[in-house]
Amino acid sequence: MDLAQVTSVRMPRSRAELALAPGERFLGGGTWMYSVPPDPGVTGLVDLTAMGWKPYTLRDDDTLRIAATCTWEQLITMPEELAGDALPFFRWAARGLLASAKVWRVATVGGNLALAFPAGLMNLVAMSYGGSCLVWRADGSKRRVPAQDFVTAVMTTVLGPGEVLRAIELPRASLAHPVAYRTWAISPLGRTAGLASGRLRPDGRLRIVLAGATTRPYLFAFDGIPAASELAARIDAVDTWFGDPHGSLEWRRMMTYRAAEEIRVELSGREGRA
Amino acid sequence: MRFEVNGEPVEFEPQPGQVLRTMLRELGHYEVKKGCDSGDCGACNVLLDGGAVNSCILPAHRLEGRAVTTASGIGMPGRLAPIQERFVAAGGFQCGFCTPGMVVTTSTFGPEELAELPQAIKGNLCRCTGYRSIGDAVSGVRNVAAPGIGNGDPAYGRPLAAPAAERIVSGQEPYTLDEDPPEGMLHLAVLGSPHAHARVVYFDASRALALPGVRAVLSADDSPSVRFSSSRHESREDDPDDTLVIDRVMRFRGQRVAAVVAESRKIAEQACALLEVGYELIPAVYDPEEARADGAPLLHPERTPAERVDDAAHNTVVRIEQLAGEVDGALASAARRYSGTFRTHRVTHLALETHAARGWIDAEGRYVLRSSTQVPFLTRAELAHVFGLDNDRLRVLTGRVGGGFGGKQEMVTEDLVLLAMLKTGAPVEYEWTRTDTMTIGPSRHPMRLDVTVAADEDGRFTALDLDVLADAGAYGGHTRGVLFHAIGESIAIYRWGAKRVHVEGVYTNNPPSGAFRGYGLGQVIFAIESAIDELARQLGLPPTELRRRNMITAEDTFGGAADDDLEIGSYGLDQCLDWVEARLAESADPSWRPRGLPLTTVERPAGPGWSEGTGLAIAMIATMPPRGHFADASVALHPDGRYVVSVGTSEFGNGTTTAHMQFAATALHTDAAHIVIRQSDTDVTGYDTGAFGSAGSVVAGMAVHSAATGLRERLIAGGAELLGVPAAECRLDAEGVRAGERRVGFPELVAALAPRSGRVAQRSSHDGTPRSVAFNVQGFRVAVHRETGEVRILQSVHAADAGTVINPEQLRGQLEGGTAQAIGSVLYENLIIRDGIVETPIMRQYHIPQYADVPYTEVFFADTYDRIGPRGAKSMSEAPYNPVAPALANAVRDAIGVRPHATPLTRDVVWALAAGATA
Repeated sequence: MDLAQVTSVRMPRSRAELALAPGERFLGGGTWMYSVPPDPGVTGLVDLTAMGWKPYTLRDDDTLRIAATCTWEQLITMPEELAGDALPFFRWAARGLLASAKVWRVATVGGNLALAFPAGLMNLVAMSYGGSCLVWRADGSKRRVPAQDFVTAVMTTVLGPGEVLRAIELPRASLAHPVAYRTWAISPLGRTAGLASGRLRPDGRLRIVLAGATTRPYLFAFDGIPAASELAARIDAVDTWFGDPHGSLEWRRMMTYRAAEEIRVELSGREGRA
Repeated sequence: MRFEVNGEPVEFEPQPGQVLRTMLRELGHYEVKKGCDSGDCGACNVLLDGGAVNSCILPAHRLEGRAVTTASGIGMPGRLAPIQERFVAAGGFQCGFCTPGMVVTTSTFGPEELAELPQAIKGNLCRCTGYRSIGDAVSGVRNVAAPGIGNGDPAYGRPLAAPAAERIVSGQEPYTLDEDPPEGMLHLAVLGSPHAHARVVYFDASRALALPGVRAVLSADDSPSVRFSSSRHESREDDPDDTLVIDRVMRFRGQRVAAVVAESRKIAEQACALLEVGYELIPAVYDPEEARADGAPLLHPERTPAERVDDAAHNTVVRIEQLAGEVDGALASAARRYSGTFRTHRVTHLALETHAARGWIDAEGRYVLRSSTQVPFLTRAELAHVFGLDNDRLRVLTGRVGGGFGGKQEMVTEDLVLLAMLKTGAPVEYEWTRTDTMTIGPSRHPMRLDVTVAADEDGRFTALDLDVLADAGAYGGHTRGVLFHAIGESIAIYRWGAKRVHVEGVYTNNPPSGAFRGYGLGQVIFAIESAIDELARQLGLPPTELRRRNMITAEDTFGGAADDDLEIGSYGLDQCLDWVEARLAESADPSWRPRGLPLTTVERPAGPGWSEGTGLAIAMIATMPPRGHFADASVALHPDGRYVVSVGTSEFGNGTTTAHMQFAATALHTDAAHIVIRQSDTDVTGYDTGAFGSAGSVVAGMAVHSAATGLRERLIAGGAELLGVPAAECRLDAEGVRAGERRVGFPELVAALAPRSGRVAQRSSHDGTPRSVAFNVQGFRVAVHRETGEVRILQSVHAADAGTVINPEQLRGQLEGGTAQAIGSVLYENLIIRDGIVETPIMRQYHIPQYADVPYTEVFFADTYDRIGPRGAKSMSEAPYNPVAPALANAVRDAIGVRPHATPLTRDVVWALAAGATA
């Protein structure tokens, strides 16, 4: 929709141009920003897609750097030699979006992460692979935030004023590990009400990520495949369940236990073959 | 900025914050529609450098050097692209508003997309069809008769395509705002109340007025003082006079506080933010039970029964009591009895075209309003009443309307546009956002229904005791009508013995409820059909058998129980029930396999978590609204052999245009291609009450049918005279009038019969009485996953008694679409309002069915001939909605052993029901 209160749009070409003036906000793909009436205080947009960041690059330290402005379409059509075995996981994440392929063409993975919705699929992917978020600070410096620390609450991240999410960096090695994932919703392809994933490392350690049913994502690390009761006990401690039009709190909580257990069982079957 | 649209170079500088959709429309590409304006529905889809995108969320400032292709760029009438041909051939649309976007997106589909169509097409939503015909279009199935191959068969009864088909698939059919705006048109934006109940005590527009481009601010000071109802009926005295164009008292969140009229929508919206308003808060009440109690905050304390508010001191818009026989005695002595409290939730129409109106002043100084309305004539009459104008100072018309479902039987934009025109003397447009339709537009009345049904040992009903409480919301429009109708055919379909009915519709500070497909029947049918299902279990009778013992038969009369002019003009309920029963019996076989929509598969699940169940429900509906529904029509022969049919009723996907074309072509022994329909314009015909209460095909249809047959007789008589033979020896064909080998052609005929006007016209009218009844029976087989709450519809069967079938493909589409909309209402949709605030104000939070959500619905047409309807036909547009919710609830009950007492039955609800049962 047209944004009535917006009076300026800037297309930055350099980092220096990223300094925000009063009333300005960073714009990713725009598929969210232009889909809801924005805060009345937002009068200017700074379009990050003008920066021309390469959607993905392989770094010398063997991390896969995915630019914040990489679109979902670019993510899921990444060459296999870069994404390794992670491509099916990426594709599953895209399909977990309520948004259709028409939106994948424009929406960015950084936008998905920075919006910090409970059912943030890119965040789940980043957390599953032990990724980190590269943040450009307003003073010209940068910092890296472990993915599991990036989202702190509903629509709230660690990003401070003027900070930009520059990229998501995934350790290449982890992309080869077996993963399992689940989403659930009120309708077959509807808005995700909860999601869960698991990654089994070659050394037998298991990392389970739960999100969407809670106001922030959770990462549970286990030294090996845990017993069902051990996994459930970890979920028992979760205290940020919520409900909304996409599903009641109780249902989401139940589905979370269910999905986590399914993932545990699925990855148990992969043990030794990882 | 330079880019290309449909191969043409374009230079255009978008506004900051503008999206591609509005930029393309400014460039005259009206084929790019607004359904949601949030990237959810797909109506705005275009190709950007060959890939489909949602133009409504695509920043326009990125267009430099890009190439855009719209539906019209894909193909135009006369030279359609293959995908467009397929949508025409399949009949893959009803209102057609989603179609250009649907065409654009599906034009990109290759084998990969077709292999998983539900995923590929999930971002293109259709509210009318139920998707089967869209799936047929994508897979290349022909459902409509190829044009021009009549073989001399009458048009009536054949699956003819909608006359607008080629224009619709290419985006060339103009909807409300799809014309170039009049010179100097202004835009109107509304400031809505932030409070659910408040009085405006301070209002200062000076800052808004100072903004360059602002031309006027409208406030309560500008409003006419005549109270009215936004709801429209044949008689304006059906609805309470409780509404002002702009009031000083705010009774729901979002109610108009003021409106800004400015040179652009952007300026108008910016200016709204500059209005300074002071509110004095008034205690609010959101629950109808609390609202009718003594001491509750009163919404309309000054209104009186003379203004159709029955008891303003208890917020009660309407109170209805009916009593027949000794109910208490019958209940006390009944062998079997079931009592339950049922609740239905709030749903919204979500017609893909939002409400919108555009007004201008014509050469004669008349105020012309082009609006997205089901009721142009009633709107004109009420505007005249409210503004103290003569009818002839006003003209109201529609383009094709992008869906209605009852939501456009309301005057919610036209009054403000007229007020703004009166104030500024300029053309004005007011277009609702999607959120407007969901937050300030009418929704379906939520109801609480206490029902007791009683029967003797043989399963004969002995009593019905029904108590209904409906939430009218802040204004009472339609509440009286909905509640009178709610307890009509829903109850009259059975012989009850004793009967007691108490109904109240109560004001609250929630947004207003209004007309919704089924008009109250569905809520009561949900309660009654659920209760009967339980009673059948008590009696150990199959649900079909208990119904057969008690439902009305062809020999019954309504005996004054409903309105006096209601008759059983034809009876096919028995056929419908038999067919549904047989289909459900078939699927009981373990080897039976479910069928899904085209290019989908449905698994019949097995395993410990799953339970299967079946359920059905029956429904009856009058074929026309009560207390008068009037339609004028004329049919005029032109010398070239074309017949121009002029009718008042609007086309919004109900298919009346096709039906009228078929009536006329058949009566006039010509090919449908020779029929031209002019419609829904107060200038085109004398009068039409409007397209609601399923009246379009029968009331206006009757008028068209009788005008056409009258014209035929006149043409034959005139031809006979010219040929000098008796009329009995003459017949009319597609060339003229013939007697044996001799003929008189149309030019000669017109010259002789209408030398001055050059066209031979015949008028007729119909007054909507007597009325017949139509029947619908829905059956489901579902599998319920008790551990997750998933309800998987394995089988959906819908039988309808619509009399003789005017157009089988169109009727099938109405049945499938009504069923799909109702399935959405039960399984997915929920307009949640808490403390007067709509918590689901965007489509992303209000899930209407997408391709993946809808089952294949097998349909059956009863073989009946109605002695009241035109050529034996009965209406069938609201009706299929009504039996679906209880049929689905009964099937879930059968599967999990727990009775659902409320809608919706979303997965979380079903899981909780099933978990409660096993806990």
